[in-house]
Amino acid sequence: MTTYHQQVAGTTYTFHGLVEVLAKAGPRRSGDELAGCAAQSDAERAAALWVLADVPLDRFLEEPVVPYDSDDVTRLILDRHDRQAFATLSALTVGGLRDWLLSTAAAPDAADLLSRVSRGLTPEMVAAVSKTMRNQDLVAVARATQVTSAFRTTIGTPGTLATRLQPNHPTDDPRGIAAATVDGLLLGCGDAVIGVNPATDSPQAAADLLHLLDDVRQRYAIPTQSCVLSHVTTTIELMERGAPVDLVFQSIAGTQGANESFGITLPMLFEADEAARAMSRGTVGDNVMYLETGQGSALSAAAHLGTDGRPVDQQTLEARAYGLARELAPFLVNTVVGFIGPEYLRDGRQIIRAGLEDHFCGRLLALPMGVDICYTNHAEADHDDTDTLLLLLGAAGCAFVITVPGADDVMLGYQSLSFHDVLTARQVLGLAPAPEFAAWLTSTGLADRTGRLLPADPATGPFHPLMNA
Amino acid sequence: MSTSPPDFSGHDNDRTGQTRPSGRARLPDTTDPWLALRAHTSARIGLGRVGNAMRTLSFLELRTAHALARDAVHHPLDVEALRRRTEATGAGTPVHVTSRAGDRSTYLSRPDLGRLPGDLTGIPREAADIGVVLCDGLSPGALERHGPPLLEALRQEMDQGLSWAQPVIATQARVALADHIGAWQRVTTTVVLIGERPGLSVPESLGIYVTHCPRPGRSDAERNCVSNIHPPEGLGYARAARITAAVVRRARALGKSGVHLKDTTRDPHQVERD
Repeated sequence: MTTYHQQVAGTTYTFHGLVEVLAKAGPRRSGDELAGCAAQSDAERAAALWVLADVPLDRFLEEPVVPYDSDDVTRLILDRHDRQAFATLSALTVGGLRDWLLSTAAAPDAADLLSRVSRGLTPEMVAAVSKTMRNQDLVAVARATQVTSAFRTTIGTPGTLATRLQPNHPTDDPRGIAAATVDGLLLGCGDAVIGVNPATDSPQAAADLLHLLDDVRQRYAIPTQSCVLSHVTTTIELMERGAPVDLVFQSIAGTQGANESFGITLPMLFEADEAARAMSRGTVGDNVMYLETGQGSALSAAAHLGTDGRPVDQQTLEARAYGLARELAPFLVNTVVGFIGPEYLRDGRQIIRAGLEDHFCGRLLALPMGVDICYTNHAEADHDDTDTLLLLLGAAGCAFVITVPGADDVMLGYQSLSFHDVLTARQVLGLAPAPEFAAWLTSTGLADRTGRLLPADPATGPFHPLMNA
Repeated sequence: MSTSPPDFSGHDNDRTGQTRPSGRARLPDTTDPWLALRAHTSARIGLGRVGNAMRTLSFLELRTAHALARDAVHHPLDVEALRRRTEATGAGTPVHVTSRAGDRSTYLSRPDLGRLPGDLTGIPREAADIGVVLCDGLSPGALERHGPPLLEALRQEMDQGLSWAQPVIATQARVALADHIGAWQRVTTTVVLIGERPGLSVPESLGIYVTHCPRPGRSDAERNCVSNIHPPEGLGYARAARITAAVVRRARALGKSGVHLKDTTRDPHQVERD
């Protein structure tokens, strides 16, 4: 372990190893204060940033943040690291990487250059460089990357902002879920996925919902995919039973211990991916995994300790979850950035910063990165904060966001975006839905040829038969 | 995309189906196609739009629901009033303790401090069968409103012959704080009544946690929970008390509480209104 020293204004600060440097260099965050790894003062934070900027990138390959022997996520990250893709960057420090990224992002062939080094970057390098960046830098570099994935729609095409339509219901009432689904479709949402969080993890209830959503999709020939967000083991069972499973969902985290607390192992995820691909249900692509993450998940599972037993900061652990995600070539990945509560992200300022970091890290690691822009009632946040983050992420080229009727999720008890919010962001930023879905909106008469949504009535519009079922 | 003109597309109704062109309530508009659909979900469907945005009415409704939920989180518990109402149920005079989270802001950002006790020495050590801890949690209003009547129902439903420790009111409290309190009291079963995280539709909901042989370090997997107690919409007092009494009975027979105890008294599709 390397010990680092840095003077700021006459005081010398000492940091033990990369774990401590990373944690103390990050912006102030309630979850890191809770874990006891945050900087004690702004001066200490500044000192840690100086140290971090000077760390050579190859040190991240020599000094794992979480030990190689005890953690399978670390093993996956290091065993699959591409030395050849790293060659261009191998002589750089973290600060040098920041300069390289920002100058590359301004170059005409930015997307190509960034995708070529992606496999040479580890999640820890990406987390480190994000700590040296301002919000504007996080937006500029993410926007310069280009990452697409496809199943029945294509996600991540430049100039698009797709949506997960989340028609949750407290008791999984099929009529309630169908009504919320129609509401979202009429407002131009649902191109990334129509995805329900089931109220129970009963396989039968999940199968019923899958049939409901698949029937709606087929009846109206909607180019999209559905997902019931059950545990991966439930979904594997459903596939064996022949249920219409488009995508396999699972929450994942950045340490083996946190994944164990979710009841998952890495082989389980790879098996599910293979099983869903074998069903060949996609039309324009075969990415089949839907993964959700969120800063703080490892700490809440008490699985956040790294090298020398030191607490690893929540943002570095989050980036490690993306390191796992990219090995699964997922169709969708999103961080649920404001859901976990104020003990991890205290207020709108911390939520906005974390959302931009997560999106940036995911994009550099070549993921089709989305964000659930949301807040809970006990955090110091409101819809002004979600508006701000949505417009920033729209500018950053975020692949998709989550939408619920009227921004109010009546099952999970939190606020996400409304369908209206996305209509506004698309208009203000000149963004369109996923191309296949945009064409469907026009062909059904829900939108005009310019993509503008037309007034729609559920009683007389295209969904009329469904509404009177 | 081009700018679209204001569009009221037949959605000039609020969520109750009342037409309010000038802010005055009228008879329900039976032509609203969303009216029938709203019978199936409390989700905010069919809001209509002005251009791409929510109408003023929808926005104000959402803002108000959020305000009520936030106020529910930050509303300080009226300890004296709760003490009097608890005493009136015949449960005895409650002792008030606090966690180590000194204020609401600390409580929200440091759940670890909310799980640790301040000074417990004011609580008598009575070695009773049942200890009740009334916790403010994330909705003190839920405890004020539902705590005393629920405690009354619990005392009626629980097996006769069980001895009860003096009730404790705990503020800035998380569930695990009651493990310390129960161990100090030397009770064999702790029943926690705690305000649940407020949602937009239900700002005041109470939960019950049962922990057999409470002691510091018990995990959440070693407790049983009865949640969503907020009559008339949610679970009623009598039914919640019956479920809890059955859980306590089985935990005491088995010598432990937690995930291996299944609630056999509850039909998830039936919510009693009492």
